[in-house]
Amino acid sequence: MRQTFHIDFIGKSKIFFGISLGIMLVCLVLNLFVLPTRVDIQFTGGTIIKYTYGGDVSESEVKKVAQDATKETISFTFSENLAADKSSKDNHIVALEFTETKALSVKEKSGITDALTKAFPDNNFTESESSSVDPSKGANFFFKCLAAVILAAVLMIVYVGLRFKKIGGLSAGCMAVVALIHDLIIVYFTFVVFRMSLDDNFIAVVLMIFGYSLNDTIVIYDRIRENRKKLGPKTTNADLVNCSLNQCFTRTICTSITTISAIASVLIVALIFNIDSIISFALPMMIGLVSGCYSSICIACPLWVMWTNHKDKRKATKRNSAKSDKSQKTQEA
Amino acid sequence: MKRIGKPVFFIVAILILFLSYTSVFGIYGENGDFKITYIKGMSDIRWGIDIKGGVEAVFAPADGKEATEEQMKSVKSILDLRLVSQNITDYELYPDYSNGRITVRFPWKSDEKDYDPNKAIEELAATAKLTFRPGNSYTNITYADDGSVVYMTPSGETAETVLLDGSNVKSATAQYITTSDNKTEYVVALEFDDEGKEKFASATEQYLNQTISIWMDDQMISAPTVQNVITDGEATISGTFTADDATELANKINAGALPFDLTVESYGTISPSLGAYALQAMAIAAVAALIFICLFMIVMYRVPGFVACLALLGQLAISIMAVSGYFTIFPSFTMTLPGIAGMILSIGMGVDANIITAERIKDELYTGKTLDGCIRNGTKSSFSAIFDGNVTIIIVAIILILVFGPANIFSSMFGVSTTGLIYAFGYTLLVGVIANFIMGVGASRLMLRSVSGLKFLRNRRLYGGKKS
Repeated sequence: MRQTFHIDFIGKSKIFFGISLGIMLVCLVLNLFVLPTRVDIQFTGGTIIKYTYGGDVSESEVKKVAQDATKETISFTFSENLAADKSSKDNHIVALEFTETKALSVKEKSGITDALTKAFPDNNFTESESSSVDPSKGANFFFKCLAAVILAAVLMIVYVGLRFKKIGGLSAGCMAVVALIHDLIIVYFTFVVFRMSLDDNFIAVVLMIFGYSLNDTIVIYDRIRENRKKLGPKTTNADLVNCSLNQCFTRTICTSITTISAIASVLIVALIFNIDSIISFALPMMIGLVSGCYSSICIACPLWVMWTNHKDKRKATKRNSAKSDKSQKTQEA
Repeated sequence: MKRIGKPVFFIVAILILFLSYTSVFGIYGENGDFKITYIKGMSDIRWGIDIKGGVEAVFAPADGKEATEEQMKSVKSILDLRLVSQNITDYELYPDYSNGRITVRFPWKSDEKDYDPNKAIEELAATAKLTFRPGNSYTNITYADDGSVVYMTPSGETAETVLLDGSNVKSATAQYITTSDNKTEYVVALEFDDEGKEKFASATEQYLNQTISIWMDDQMISAPTVQNVITDGEATISGTFTADDATELANKINAGALPFDLTVESYGTISPSLGAYALQAMAIAAVAALIFICLFMIVMYRVPGFVACLALLGQLAISIMAVSGYFTIFPSFTMTLPGIAGMILSIGMGVDANIITAERIKDELYTGKTLDGCIRNGTKSSFSAIFDGNVTIIIVAIILILVFGPANIFSSMFGVSTTGLIYAFGYTLLVGVIANFIMGVGASRLMLRSVSGLKFLRNRRLYGGKKS
């Protein structure tokens, strides 16, 4: 026989649940008290304009000029543009965020840009990025994403329910979705902990992890389904799942290494080039992949065992009580 | 067991290499100064505004007015007109009829350094100016996306005189009529209000048998010849219209008579320099990841690993083909950052399919069966896992396409979203998973069963087993 791993995943399930809940709890506390969730204007509505400029300009003067050009209150963030050369004409970035959550008119925006270019003609003020979203639109977008995720989850449960009838389809589907929710929470906390605002990258990552985690769980379910046939009904649920998990373990590790390395190379290159939009997408995706792989083995399967054991026990007690009812009746007769 | 012929491996491998090369580099020819594209490569892919930089704006009727579907179609046709007259041809327009919103998205023009996106957005939203002018003299011409000639800027008498404008038009409709000599044709029927009726009557009298041209903003949309004096305020423009032509012209004329102005509800601009870095970074990362994955697979799984690399290359080639269009008749898909994420996920799925199969073959090798039997059993037993995994992903991908696509199932509930970018994720994922079925499941199995017939590759150790 080929050598396989002999890890008692089910026996250690309490430790796994503990780790997951512990991480989530710590993140939740951080989220509530130290690191509030940042939501991008894509969801809340509002306006951000980013300018690149070069040379020395007093920050307070920039603030004054921009603030004078509009009635809205602006908050400013100054930073270095690491993508550009130190000496080039665009080595500084200033981000203007409008505190009022409403879309700024194009005219007002041009007004600010004109004021800045006029006041600092030698500093090459250039609009590098701007985004303005109507609040109702942002909320709409959020709910639409939510609806898509829920719809996908329901269809998943139905599909898994149909394909995996032999291992109690519906419960298997539900546990796969629990593992998914676990991963989505981890992805959410990644955004919170690394101070990244929830934007469309967040949605893209969530969707990708959704697919990845699900595939991972299903490959393991497939083994369980196959082994259920091979090992017969006498094998306990825990043994069945442990055996299946160990058989799939090399595959799980290899697949994770390849997928994670793909994302890691994206992340490393993005860090070298300092491209925020890609970092805020590759980093949570990498953490999500780890979580997706972990949750399939350590969350979905132990939960499934617990659920199935519970169901089997109830069935058994029912059967027993039915039996004793019968015997009582015969005695009475 | 029937073995698959040895040449099959080489045929499939060469086909994959050919597809990979052409999908990345394309095939181009030269005809004098013109570059002719035979097969589109990666350089022909249209990059989304989040990568290349560009402008996105959502327009809506001002002051919260409601727009009918007809009116939205007019808004769309006027935006079409204006984008072309601003010389922007590479744009996308997504009207949302149920909510009266229209999203426009266009990348930066590569040749323009000092492009002012604010001005472009404002010009698009400006109130439409429809005018009827005598004659049809123009100053210059440009070309629309489909290559048709567009006449710009009136000159001479055409520029000096305005006979009547959009406010005098009550409606324009495309109609299908039977003419006096029993032929049928499409025409555009115009109806004027009272003031328009008088103005049009005197205009048709003055310019009988001459041309009166119709202009939208700075662009001539029609130049019919006056055949009768029209006094009842109802005119028809006839010509050799198709049904589409007539509808389009009617929409354009109606745009000049819209009862509302357009406002910019939301917008976003990304500078091109920012996007250029992103694209370069992604390219480096993709090559590095591919090399690592191939090395890993070959070291871990030897022959099946090598076959997997070829299959992976083929899968990537199909994905790139589906994005670029490959053949010149297919338009390029707009590739966004989420689109790239979808591609990465589908590559992950492809690698996974090959790993699952290779692991199964390894398992079988320990049972002491023949090599061919092991490969056959291994590929067979791995199929259900790969199938179920991929089908669930396909379900997710289709939902994404339906929800975030241009025409979506939730539009009545939520309206078009500013971030149609996610649509690309669904698209590349779907294409990638289908490509995985073709390459990772189909081609890699064919190749594996064929290559295992080669004598020097009959050693079981090359498939992960113990010595033969």
